[in-house]
Amino acid sequence: MIVRKIGVAIGTLFVVVTANFFLFRVVQTDPVAAVYRGRNLSEAKKAELEERFNLNGSKLDQYVGYLEQLSHGNLGYTLNSQPVSSEIAEKLPTTLKLVGTTTILTAVIGIWLGIRAGWRPRSKFDRITTGITMFFYSTSDAFFGLALLYLFASKNPWFPTGGLIDPNSTATGLNRILEQFHHLVLPGTVLVIGYLGQYSLVQRAAMLETSGEDYLTLARAKGLRDSLVRRRHAVPNALLPSITLIALNVGYTIGGAIIVETTFSIPGIGSELVRAAKGPDYALLQGIFLLISAAVIAATLIADLLYPRFDPRVRTP
Amino acid sequence: MTETQVQEATQSRRLLARQRKLRSFGRLTKEFRTDTAGVIGGVVLLSFIVIAIATPLLFSSDELDRTLQIDQPKLASPSGEHLLGTDDKRRDMLAVLLWGSRTSLSVGLAAAVFAITIGALIGICSGYFGRWVDAVLSRIEEWFLVIPTLPLAIVLVTVLGGSLRTIIIVIGLTSWAGSARLIRAQTLTVKQRLYVERSRGLGAPHRHIIRRHIFPNVMPIILANLTLTVPVAILSEATLSFLGIGSFERESWGKTLEAAHAASAIRLGAWWYFLPVGILITTVVLSFTMVGNAVERVVNPKLRER
Repeated sequence: MIVRKIGVAIGTLFVVVTANFFLFRVVQTDPVAAVYRGRNLSEAKKAELEERFNLNGSKLDQYVGYLEQLSHGNLGYTLNSQPVSSEIAEKLPTTLKLVGTTTILTAVIGIWLGIRAGWRPRSKFDRITTGITMFFYSTSDAFFGLALLYLFASKNPWFPTGGLIDPNSTATGLNRILEQFHHLVLPGTVLVIGYLGQYSLVQRAAMLETSGEDYLTLARAKGLRDSLVRRRHAVPNALLPSITLIALNVGYTIGGAIIVETTFSIPGIGSELVRAAKGPDYALLQGIFLLISAAVIAATLIADLLYPRFDPRVRTP
Repeated sequence: MTETQVQEATQSRRLLARQRKLRSFGRLTKEFRTDTAGVIGGVVLLSFIVIAIATPLLFSSDELDRTLQIDQPKLASPSGEHLLGTDDKRRDMLAVLLWGSRTSLSVGLAAAVFAITIGALIGICSGYFGRWVDAVLSRIEEWFLVIPTLPLAIVLVTVLGGSLRTIIIVIGLTSWAGSARLIRAQTLTVKQRLYVERSRGLGAPHRHIIRRHIFPNVMPIILANLTLTVPVAILSEATLSFLGIGSFERESWGKTLEAAHAASAIRLGAWWYFLPVGILITTVVLSFTMVGNAVERVVNPKLRER
């Protein structure tokens, strides 16, 4: 079973790699010309570049060459002749900070809201949270970000208007981290509030499903207080779908990060992807897409493998 | 039986069928009407669609041409002359937004129809034929479910070129998988029903069974999914345009957001540049979702208990 799941994940990744190669080869017939737009090029230099862009031989040879390149961790070169991998490595920490922090916050707050709302369906609390989460779920992240910028950075200058750090900043160590954190408050808020619904709705449904179970009636018959019934008996059983959701939502959150990084001019993977698409810098676009896909596939696989560990009910004999 | 008798018999059968359909349609509308949120959403949507269609009567397309607006004020706040102010290209914001609504709504609808068409085809084939067809189609479906939508859409638009048509195709391609899965599940249950077995026993070809038995019975799910996919498609279009990826041919709500961002409307305090468009997007998306939820509740009685 485990082997099968890992096999499926590898297969999915393989399809991404293959699509990545052929999609881009269809549009990009001559990357060398793209770099040297019309400038004169010595034969030797041209041969070197062709070697570097892996353009020798048939399409199949090139494909095999691409796979070989990838297996060495080589993602090719950007239009500025920088290795794609180092470009990504430079931008990745920012996005990881943003996505990591917001994922944890969204999950914790969303699950908490869902537990409360699902325990007393149709209560005032339930109506309000469901209404609010649905509202923000329906807003464009870009608009939400712009509105926050207007309210809390332009009108009331409490937060910086963008970027990750003030270019003139001399702060070091802890202060530098704090300053970065200050820059990430507004973009983080967009991601957290915008994606709360993902967790709260699923958690609410899970609570509703458990609320009819016999073991809750038994717990109540024992004379347990309502809050104890909820905490000890209902929540642990209703928590599983949300926990796997954390991994499954990585893809959505990365999508949100692309929008937010663009709105707040944060130099991360998301804004880099947009920049690459606008260039267009195909090698960079290819590399970032591969990285994001691999991350999502890995997260899905982890969720898939962990689920039976948490929940014996879905363990297959 | 004489020929006329046969004709009468078939005709009355058709009449009966039509009456039955009308009755069940009436029942569903009645049930839909009990859903207040759905009705409100429906009314809002209808008015949006009517206004979008009527836009050319209200504002000529010359209003969008920046070269004809030289005499207008730049980034003016809302006034009697310009109800929603003007943008940095001296154009009337109300005209820009109404013309944009035409693009946003039609791209959203077209992309959703495209997505659900793929979803229905693949879902029904997958559920009905089973075996290797199901295995292959399910793999494809899983791939599209796993791969993050927005990055994939960005890559596809970049590779295929950013015309309005590609945007519709790409949004459709990246949002069919979830519906396909639901339609497949419904097909599986319909397939088990006795009348399908009877029809197969009488030697009906697959095409007949799918057209006459499977399709009508998964239609409600298809409709509910369609209404719920439109808002997703509208948001996707807005996002792609906001990121500056894709169509530059026409005004759309996403493009207005992008223009506001690029013109530093935030720093200049020009709230009329981004607030109305944001409210429009949210209202339309929310309305579609409310209608979709209501439709889903009507066609899927299991949801009604919640």
